[in-house]
Amino acid sequence: MSEQGVVAAHKAHVAHEAHHEELGFWRKYVFSVDHKVIGIQYAVTGLLFLFFGFSLMMLMRWQLAYPGAALPLLGKLLGEARMPGGTMVPEFYNELGAMHGTIMVFLGVVPLAVGGFGNFVVPLQIGAPDMAFPRLNMLSYWSFFLGGVTMLVSFLVPGGAAQSGWTSYAPLSVIAGTGQTFWLIGMIFLITSSLLGAINFITTIIQLRAKGLTFMRFPFFVWAQFVTAFLLLLAFPPLEAAGVMQLMDRVAGTSFFLPTGLVVSGQVAHIAGGGNPLLWQHLFWFLAHPEVYVLILPAMGIVSEIIANNTRKPLWGYRSMVYSLVFLGFMSFIVWAHHMFMTGMGTAMATFFQTTTMIISIPSVVILTALIISLWGGSIRYNTPMLFAVAFLPMFGIGGLTGLPLGLNVADIPLHDTYYVIAHFHYVVAPGTIFALFAGVYFWFPKATGRMMNETLGKIHFVGSLVCMNVVFMPMFIVGLHGVSRRLFDGGASYDFAQPVLHLNVVSSWGAWIMALFQIPFIFNFFWSIWNGKKVDQNPWEATTLEWAAPSPPPHGNFVVVPQAYRGPYEYSVPGAPKDFTAQYEA
Amino acid sequence: MEIPYTVEVRPDTGLTNGKIGIWLFLASEVMLFGALFASYILIRTGAPTWPRGHTILNVPLATVNTIVLISSSVTMVMAWASLMRHRFGTYRIYMGATILLGGVFLVIKYFEYSHKFETGLFPSTSNFLAIYFTLTGLHMLHVMGGMAVNAYFWGPGAKLYKTNPEWFINRVEHSGLFWHFVDLVWIFLFPTLYLL
Repeated sequence: MSEQGVVAAHKAHVAHEAHHEELGFWRKYVFSVDHKVIGIQYAVTGLLFLFFGFSLMMLMRWQLAYPGAALPLLGKLLGEARMPGGTMVPEFYNELGAMHGTIMVFLGVVPLAVGGFGNFVVPLQIGAPDMAFPRLNMLSYWSFFLGGVTMLVSFLVPGGAAQSGWTSYAPLSVIAGTGQTFWLIGMIFLITSSLLGAINFITTIIQLRAKGLTFMRFPFFVWAQFVTAFLLLLAFPPLEAAGVMQLMDRVAGTSFFLPTGLVVSGQVAHIAGGGNPLLWQHLFWFLAHPEVYVLILPAMGIVSEIIANNTRKPLWGYRSMVYSLVFLGFMSFIVWAHHMFMTGMGTAMATFFQTTTMIISIPSVVILTALIISLWGGSIRYNTPMLFAVAFLPMFGIGGLTGLPLGLNVADIPLHDTYYVIAHFHYVVAPGTIFALFAGVYFWFPKATGRMMNETLGKIHFVGSLVCMNVVFMPMFIVGLHGVSRRLFDGGASYDFAQPVLHLNVVSSWGAWIMALFQIPFIFNFFWSIWNGKKVDQNPWEATTLEWAAPSPPPHGNFVVVPQAYRGPYEYSVPGAPKDFTAQYEA
Repeated sequence: MEIPYTVEVRPDTGLTNGKIGIWLFLASEVMLFGALFASYILIRTGAPTWPRGHTILNVPLATVNTIVLISSSVTMVMAWASLMRHRFGTYRIYMGATILLGGVFLVIKYFEYSHKFETGLFPSTSNFLAIYFTLTGLHMLHVMGGMAVNAYFWGPGAKLYKTNPEWFINRVEHSGLFWHFVDLVWIFLFPTLYLL
């Protein structure tokens, strides 16, 4: 069908729709079962949580840069219990640390990457009218929402929120205050949400593909979400089991994670004992390592879409990328104990896990290399999404390569739990994944709203964020190589060996605060463009995949004409073709 | 707007959406109980002494419960088979029996639990009892969940049979798959906790 034909059909469809306005406000925008509304709900909630988690970290950065100094203005507002006289107490610092990690991972990045982009884009990219189970989809969002509320409320209970790190290591977490119970209940809600989402994604992708859309014609983003859904489906339940056991330890007085003879504050604890603290670590990392790939795979998917579109070339090595992705997903289940080299698990185990860790780096490098080669010889359009997508490559590259020493048993010993680790995984997740998510917001915004975001503001946002991200995280490698532990309340000020690198804490902190300022253009741009952005047609980026066959914004049911896939996902610059892109839906 | 393949199968996969969905859900359930069984093995192998299950737990009662649950799986299949033969009345009887047998299981479990509490055996008493109460407790929640779904398909949910019998039969089949899974978990729990 020609594009004019689609537009005309759309107009007719809109006129038709106007006669059938049956859904009220609540069913249409709040308790909606439409994947696009749910996707936007997830995305906006996720963005808000990202900003909230970032704010927690900005408070911590004050304490790290100027340990013991009173925080002007804001310090007073946070109350005497948390910041007496504006100076932070260690318990509050620990709350901020634990909740920053939890919120960023489970309430920010995953909901935005999987719940937001996955929900909005996947059904459109496979030419489906909606997800396979729309009501389950709504339940998934509201379960996530309740989990988020539980986590937020935990700040207000006596003793404050969870303080035992985002990893909630036992036995510390078991003997911690009420906030930890809220953390566990919140996690059970979030796990339920992920589970429902994962079932929905896999079923949708297998069953609701458009005619002609075989697996090897999937856009890479769909593949990424497909593999991610399997990770969520199979890796989260063990954490749920662990959460139930920790809850039993805390509420029913069991000793799953409490060893015999545990001494708390000089007193022998009244427990049956016989438990194993390492069991928690194993169950936690059995989820949390695949979770790392849950954070990165959708990001790789987004970046692949944008790179193919803006280089006007097919992805280089699409098949190798897909095979690598599937292999990566499989391997991610057998590398978890590389987080636990320091627990004394023995050389045989350590050797096994360092070997699998080295193996899993291969498919990651294959995907990254394929993306870099895809740039070669393209006439690249440097619009905002492309800038973020291109920046993702070296940033993720730094994060990935600095992870190799951590994956080797011997090299991990001096680096374990230092700021080097913080720098490493933040390069993967912050200028890595979050840049990809920004790229996705700019790229699919016109599909969701029918309007473009402002390019100038986007470029200011990009340059500021890129510079600041490196100012924040690059110094942490040096701090970490000096041996400064990531858990110190004063950033190392009380240790002699840390004195030469303390000034770098100040650099990181200012980097973070200035980065916050550079998010203002983004926030303004986001809301301003919803109503005032430049109006565009259904395919402003001249892209090839199926979501661009739907009107912008797509109506309920998505497509005016049921789409069909006639070719692979990235037929850009085909020799002899009338234009430089041949869409999948063009016969 | 209709979601395709809720009732009819997609020709190239040969499956309905619900069938894939329920199997994926069961896969995640396998991981949930798998993690708990793995924890049990780790804690038991690390313990200096571990009681034999029959010295603390009531094996005859659990044997009766095993028979009750297996019978309920049989009636569940019969309920589905009756629908396939379009005998709605028989379906109601078998489905009712399935729910009732689930109830019998819970009542027996209630007596077992309360006897433990009366004799001062709590989850905090020892790690054997901790894992016993956690595993059987979680299993009981699954039994209750299955009963709730079955009760819905016995009562108000059965209205769908009049308008779209095929869809209703699919739903009962999926509910049955879950019920068999719950049964299967017990088949593993029984020897692990009571006999070994």
